[in-house]
Amino acid sequence: MLQIISVHLENKPGALLRVTGLLSARGYNIESLTVARTLDPELSRMTIVCDIEDRLRAQVIKQMNKLVNVLQATDLTDAPAVNRELLLLRVRSPQESRTAVLKEAEIFGARVVDSSVDGFALEVTGDPEKLDEFIGVMRSYGEIEVSRSGVVGVSLEGKKLKLQPPVLTRAAAKLEEVDGVLNG
Amino acid sequence: MNGAQILLECLVREEVDCFFGYPGGVTLPLYDALYDHPIKHVLVRHEENACFAAEGYARATGKVGVCCATSGPGATNLVTGLVDSMMDSIPIVAITGQVSTKLIGSDAFQEADTFGITRACTKHNYLVKTLAELPKIVHEAFYIASSGRPGPVLIDIPKDVFQATGHYTPVDTIHLPGYKVFTEGHAGQIRRAAQMIWEAERPFVYAGGGVIASGADGELRELVEMVDMPAVCTLMGLGALPSNHPNFVSMPGMHGSYAANMGISNCDLLIALGVRFDDRVTGRLAAFAPNARVIHVDIDPAEIAKNRIPDIPIVGDVKRVLQKLNRNLGEMKGEHGSRNTAPRAAWRQQVRDWAKEHPYDKSRSETEIKPQHLISEIDRLSAGEAIVTTDVGQHQMWTAQLVRFNHPRLWINSGGLGAMGFGLPAAIGAQFARPDKLVFAIVGDGGFQMSIPELGTIASNGLPIKIIVMNNGHLGMVRQWQELFYNNRLSSVRLDCFPDAEKLAGAYGFKGRTIEKPSELADALDIAIKEPGPYLLNVKVTQFENVYPMVPSGGAINEMVLGPPVPVAV
Repeated sequence: MLQIISVHLENKPGALLRVTGLLSARGYNIESLTVARTLDPELSRMTIVCDIEDRLRAQVIKQMNKLVNVLQATDLTDAPAVNRELLLLRVRSPQESRTAVLKEAEIFGARVVDSSVDGFALEVTGDPEKLDEFIGVMRSYGEIEVSRSGVVGVSLEGKKLKLQPPVLTRAAAKLEEVDGVLNG
Repeated sequence: MNGAQILLECLVREEVDCFFGYPGGVTLPLYDALYDHPIKHVLVRHEENACFAAEGYARATGKVGVCCATSGPGATNLVTGLVDSMMDSIPIVAITGQVSTKLIGSDAFQEADTFGITRACTKHNYLVKTLAELPKIVHEAFYIASSGRPGPVLIDIPKDVFQATGHYTPVDTIHLPGYKVFTEGHAGQIRRAAQMIWEAERPFVYAGGGVIASGADGELRELVEMVDMPAVCTLMGLGALPSNHPNFVSMPGMHGSYAANMGISNCDLLIALGVRFDDRVTGRLAAFAPNARVIHVDIDPAEIAKNRIPDIPIVGDVKRVLQKLNRNLGEMKGEHGSRNTAPRAAWRQQVRDWAKEHPYDKSRSETEIKPQHLISEIDRLSAGEAIVTTDVGQHQMWTAQLVRFNHPRLWINSGGLGAMGFGLPAAIGAQFARPDKLVFAIVGDGGFQMSIPELGTIASNGLPIKIIVMNNGHLGMVRQWQELFYNNRLSSVRLDCFPDAEKLAGAYGFKGRTIEKPSELADALDIAIKEPGPYLLNVKVTQFENVYPMVPSGGAINEMVLGPPVPVAV
């Protein structure tokens, strides 16, 4: 079964690789992955869709949480969450079916982002199943080409992100100790 | 100051007194700064051994071990040591040189993607891009390596960062918002654990490397004595409870003792402390401690319920958790302590009977030196006090079975990774860390030939390491498996050439000797340890001896094979 994992991580070189490395090291294939900066430019949020054995799901998330660059990895699969995906689709449609294509697009809430004599380019967002259906429908009108963004998810639980406080370096801790002895 | 000098200043602030390494093109600025610096640099003969030596240092002291290599081949040679320290949770900081920042990615001479290559074999790693971030990164590296579940951290430093000039501004704080260290343990869970321990009729302690890493040997002893229950130490945990302690039941697992494996299989409560339910300990997982409830204490939340789902999980530092657990046990002792006195006494007796019924094989022969005889003699000389290092294989198992360790950090071996060639360089690191200690490097004839170059390091530093080669002319453990599971078709396991030990040691300027008669053994070992410098003793032992007990791969640990099949008369 496909799992959706949301990872809040530091926006640093190599951080992405550490997370995906945990999956590839276990032979898991990533179905989709999105990552972008958050409001805080030093942090990113990543949504991974991956087929992980049920038995190992919690283990993989624990391993992600262990990574130094990861602030929090959360399993969104069964949690209250909204998951959406963006689809760009080009459909070649002959003159006689243009109106029908536009009608279908409207039903799915798709926007026309390009129109030419050959057909349309459409943009639609929704949960992945809805996009699958949209693709199925469009295929019936002619040759299509698609590009999917992969899922982005957000948890609906108001969990507060716990950040670790700074700690003293060894030398500073020692100084503080000496200071404590000298000044009581 | 330049980057190299700033790096050394950071190392001083982390209380590094020596480190192990091998110079090269891009680390020239570092080695120039080392020229008149008080930190001692130990020049090894191969970078892999620099990491193994740093591990030996770290395992013998608990401090962070430091190693250093140049870019490209230097860095790739560190990889085995990094994986080894990752598997055994050993705190290491590895410093590698990198080609200058403007050359990175251009396939420059001796360039390798060290950051990428070592990502999977370090707890964390860094590529330093500017001098300004260097001090912060070095202090972070030491903190990450030594806190939580310890492990290796690598810092890749380009040559131009070593050369850049700047000022060292002391770094006082480390801020890693995502790096979580859980130390305290959940008070409620600890209380429940205490209750469960007093409720148990057949409690059994399963203590591992985590007890040593957290320095909880005193607390472990207090626990074992307060409840008066038997305890095993895993391969990584040997020394956590003194081997001569009346409640100590040796090592569990594939080549563990009969009593240890029967104890685990029959206990009703398993108290797992700083262990990871490794496959070499558990055998067939479904049959491991089948009748027991499990309390699992570990600092790494990812170890909890990885292989065995515990009844009481406690995430925390073993030392802190045991302090609280012992206090709870003490408080409850009056009320609950006497509840199961009789069944617990019977259980202790049962475990002792098992130990008496099937002790380890220490048999000797008149005509040849049996490996067990050799190890028993080393044990006699060590009397639980020497540092003993090994590689991996038969000699490692016999040593773990037969050598006593009265303290933690005396027993140093490549546990999780099982790296050949580990013992000799690890002994170098251990001897630098503990110049006061007698250090035995017990190695097989296979592993020894992987680390022969380090005889140079031993000789040039005059390290009085006693190198004992258990020479059976074979890659013994592989041969044992070929014999038992591959119809004795011995394929590429015969080592039919071994250098003359006396000449080999002599070539490096120290003494060596080969013996093969049982009558020579005790004297030869005495001479070796009386020698003020290094000594190489090549001991030709029985070629076809196998390690028992043995749990066949995939078997339950109470299904041990206790000895070779008895020949049947036709």
